[in-house]
Amino acid sequence: MTVDSYAFLPRAFRPMYETAPQFDHDPAWTPFDKPLAEAKIALLTSAGMFLSGSQEPFDVARERLEPTWGDPSLRVIPNEVTQAQLDATHLHINTADLLADMNVALPIARLNELAESGVIGAASYEHYSVMGFQQEGAEVWRTEVGPEIAARCHMADIDALILAPA
Amino acid sequence: MPVLARVIEAAGIPTVTVTMMPVLAEKYRTSRILGVEFPFGHSFGVVKDAGMQTRTLTAALGLLVSASRPETRLDVDEKWPGDVKEAYKNWQPSEPSPIVAHNLDAIRRARRDAANRDA
Repeated sequence: MTVDSYAFLPRAFRPMYETAPQFDHDPAWTPFDKPLAEAKIALLTSAGMFLSGSQEPFDVARERLEPTWGDPSLRVIPNEVTQAQLDATHLHINTADLLADMNVALPIARLNELAESGVIGAASYEHYSVMGFQQEGAEVWRTEVGPEIAARCHMADIDALILAPA
Repeated sequence: MPVLARVIEAAGIPTVTVTMMPVLAEKYRTSRILGVEFPFGHSFGVVKDAGMQTRTLTAALGLLVSASRPETRLDVDEKWPGDVKEAYKNWQPSEPSPIVAHNLDAIRRARRDAANRDA
């Protein structure tokens, strides 16, 4: 089937996305040339998840005051995280399901099962969380957060990253 | 999120983007795109449905292995299993996000212009 990109989008938003420009930059590309069964995989979500009690929530108070600003900072989520340790702040989605089961957006349990069954080599010891709404913050993602995640991936010998925009 | 995919891929880490809006990912010339027709905030499927979550994640890993060139798109052949109208309502926040409230006039204008174009 062909996915309808607008199936769950509020109808009022559709024209804005339909008229969004086509970017003319060349696509980035890194070949994946390792057997999957030997690869170490990490996850990245933009669902605004963070470790309750030990990490700062994403700054939605400032976003309420400055609607074109979204908190562009990064949270690192350990692979051993439990559901009870996670919280989420996000003004653009209902976070109730994330807090009932993180795997709908950050499928750490599923990734570990695939590692245990030998489909992948290993799950990374850490995964990544950002808060998805960005306009002004996108520049920080490009110049700071993206390079930081890439550096952490190299440091952790991660072979590929699965990104899930919320 | 496309900007992160692009920066990380350019830094030497292969990426797969699992997205409800593959059309938008294509506009950004994203490297590997897995389209899912799921509610926002639910990239991998339904709460507590480990089978569905594993199928989606496995499809992403399959695309990682099979894609041989940039801008490869694969759509997951799976409809949302529950009541779609309920899911459409339930993924949305209880109040409009600040940017939506801020841009309400522009959104209405774009919608009106689109309706006029279609007329």
